[in-house]
Amino acid sequence: MPIDCKKLKSIKEAISLIKPGARIMVGGFGNAGVPNMLIEALTESGARDLTIISNDLGSPGVGLGKLLRNKQVKGVIGSYFNWNPEVAEAFNNGEIEVTLIPQGTMAEAIRAAGVGIPAFYTPTGVGTELAKGKETKTFNGKECVLQEAIGADFSLIKAHKSDELGNLVYYKTARNFNPLMAMGAVVTIAEVDEIVPTGSLDPECIVTPHIFVDILCLGR
Amino acid sequence: MTIVEKEAARIRIAKRIAQELEEMPKPLFANLGVGIPTMVPEYIKSEEVYIQAENGILGVGPPAAPGKEDRNLIDAGRRPITERKGCSYFDSATSFGMIRGGHIDVTVIGALEVDQEGNIANWIIPNGKQLGVGGAMDLVTGAKSVIVAMTHTTGDGKSKILSRCTLPITGYGALDLLVTELAVMRFVEGKLVLEEIAPEITLDELRQLTDARFHVANDLKVMKD
Repeated sequence: MPIDCKKLKSIKEAISLIKPGARIMVGGFGNAGVPNMLIEALTESGARDLTIISNDLGSPGVGLGKLLRNKQVKGVIGSYFNWNPEVAEAFNNGEIEVTLIPQGTMAEAIRAAGVGIPAFYTPTGVGTELAKGKETKTFNGKECVLQEAIGADFSLIKAHKSDELGNLVYYKTARNFNPLMAMGAVVTIAEVDEIVPTGSLDPECIVTPHIFVDILCLGR
Repeated sequence: MTIVEKEAARIRIAKRIAQELEEMPKPLFANLGVGIPTMVPEYIKSEEVYIQAENGILGVGPPAAPGKEDRNLIDAGRRPITERKGCSYFDSATSFGMIRGGHIDVTVIGALEVDQEGNIANWIIPNGKQLGVGGAMDLVTGAKSVIVAMTHTTGDGKSKILSRCTLPITGYGALDLLVTELAVMRFVEGKLVLEEIAPEITLDELRQLTDARFHVANDLKVMKD
């Protein structure tokens, strides 16, 4: 039976929606669950002045590391850039802005953006350099830091399978930030390995309901 | 001067922490940092110690055999791992919900410095070359118990257990147990208490290798290999 998927677009077509200066969330942790084909196309598009929200920036010249090398990145918001020393280099040369956020706070802030919560308090990082300038408040004797939600214009995510509607399932530790980013952006573009007929995925196993997915691209 | 050779030191630390985990109530949910902490499971016999990795898995199995790696099945140090029977996957917010929400019983982490106030510094050396915190702050804040695994001194023999950390802090007063190749110290009621000492050294020698002020338990024991 042929696949009837209204959200399916070519990778090039999907990426052409992204204009210079866009704020983009990109899923993945290390090399797992990274939408590599979308990143490749974004690099080819040459769109500049991008703000990238991602746990890390891949490795030098790999994954999001490509965008950085191509000088398309204006700022990054993430938790761990030690796997790509070119991030610190670019930051020290004044080429990019970097915002470091504890990983759990970042995950929750992205989720918050998607679920209509503008800010929340967390005990993580109280008193540390990463909490500088942030409001604090004490709850039940525990000091907490105010973290604002982190949203974006686009999210580029990687899922394993989608049905024709855009219901998504993931694969092992490739899930990571992807379901959160699907909720956190205005437009969500999902790169998937396979699109299967609607009804063939067990509804109990769907991780991201299709309401959160705007565009689907086949990643292989 | 090397008192305990490097690899022997790492094994001694990992074994001692495994013993600690064995003695904690079961089932036990543990998160392990990079380095010595990942050596700990090798020495655990209990079936009821479940390893969580913050990139989204509960039930981490042994490392993947060469040739059997799956690039989408990794731990938080990007090492290829395997699934343990009964494992589950979840997104990063749920993962840190487990951590911040107090569901993870213990985290075992490496550190650059700890001090007599129970402060831990392990996320950055301000040299301009590092830009990463990862889950370190969430873990020391959220896990019910924080065990630090580290060598007692730096490569050039300086104490890593200080009166006051010099590096940026990851968590204030977060320490519960410190295990080095030379000592086991517990942070109790705001004080560092030496519970065990390595067989190779005397208490006076340990004091010379330790900048922090510490108390000595009444029933001070000798560490075993």
